Amino acid sequence: MATITVEGKEVEVDEEGYLVNLSDWFPEVATEMAKIDEVEMGDDHWDIINFLREYYEEYQIAPAVRVLTKAVAKKLGKEKGNSKYLYELFPYGPGKQACKFAGLPKPTGCV
Amino acid sequence: MAMLHTVNKSPFERNSLNSCLSKSKEGSTILLIEDAVVGALKGTKVAEQMAAAIANKNVCVLGSDLNTRGFAETDILDGIKIVDYAGFVDMVAEHSNVQSWL
Amino acid sequence: MSDGIKKFMFVNTKAPYGTVYALESLEVVLISAAFDQDVSLVFCDDGVFQIMDKQNTEASGMKNFSNAYKALGDYDINKLYVEKESLEERGLTLDSLMDLTYEDEDDDWAEKPSINLVSRAELADLMDQQDVVISS
Repeated sequence: MATITVEGKEVEVDEEGYLVNLSDWFPEVATEMAKIDEVEMGDDHWDIINFLREYYEEYQIAPAVRVLTKAVAKKLGKEKGNSKYLYELFPYGPGKQACKFAGLPKPTGCV
Repeated sequence: MAMLHTVNKSPFERNSLNSCLSKSKEGSTILLIEDAVVGALKGTKVAEQMAAAIANKNVCVLGSDLNTRGFAETDILDGIKIVDYAGFVDMVAEHSNVQSWL
Repeated sequence: MSDGIKKFMFVNTKAPYGTVYALESLEVVLISAAFDQDVSLVFCDDGVFQIMDKQNTEASGMKNFSNAYKALGDYDINKLYVEKESLEERGLTLDSLMDLTYEDEDDDWAEKPSINLVSRAELADLMDQQDVVISS
């Protein structure tokens, strides 16, 4: 099993880089995963990651991109709730990449 | 010593609860677990059959499986006892034999 | 149909937790939402137990996936049919079930109930109108 090292701690990830145990997540895990993917994390990234974690907490699923976009528009405004904006933040896909940084499983319905 | 019977399938889908009720002796213990816990509910189409069993057998239900499926103590028939995992283990130890109706 | 949209109906007949049918079906439903089809769900027989309110898995340690049904509205899946006779046979009423709703885009995002109580006969008619029926 692959691992990444965050603040001296070994964290298990699967072959696609997603956390094996969701409970292993802490904010620096997201920062480290972003570094590996060459994404510089800013407040805008954290807004989405925190949103995804709250969504997972409530519904126990990682939302599909379409659902994420709609929900972000409702919560954070239309200028953030569109796929162009989200893809700029997370070039490998707001569903797949943001969920990975947030420590969630790959979104259900992500094809 | 009396037999412990466990049932784990919904009585609305399988016949195993019915088989257990008809083949268990008076004074034996019947424990409903997993999907079978819904057999303990009030007002179902098997409630009458369950009431007859409660009259001369020791009928119990696993509380955690009941809660998992959204039910509470107030939803089950009078005379059915709720047990936890430790109680389940004790019951297995206290009975001479366990029959699992699958 | 000429516009390529088909009517898909997922018929849920099994209790959750004891077997994996309910969870697997829910995942297929969420995936199907990505294809913009006309999706509806049926809960009949022991399937009605899937959407019981107040499911609490703390003591059993199982994954409580019941909250995911509350996200169906976000996925534009808002036609949920619950069979009346199945509830009655199990001593249940609509009040025993979760409050599942959706926001109607065409009506100023008004919150509306997704659950429709239908009789066995009505359900037979609904199934007859589908292009694809998937049972579990």
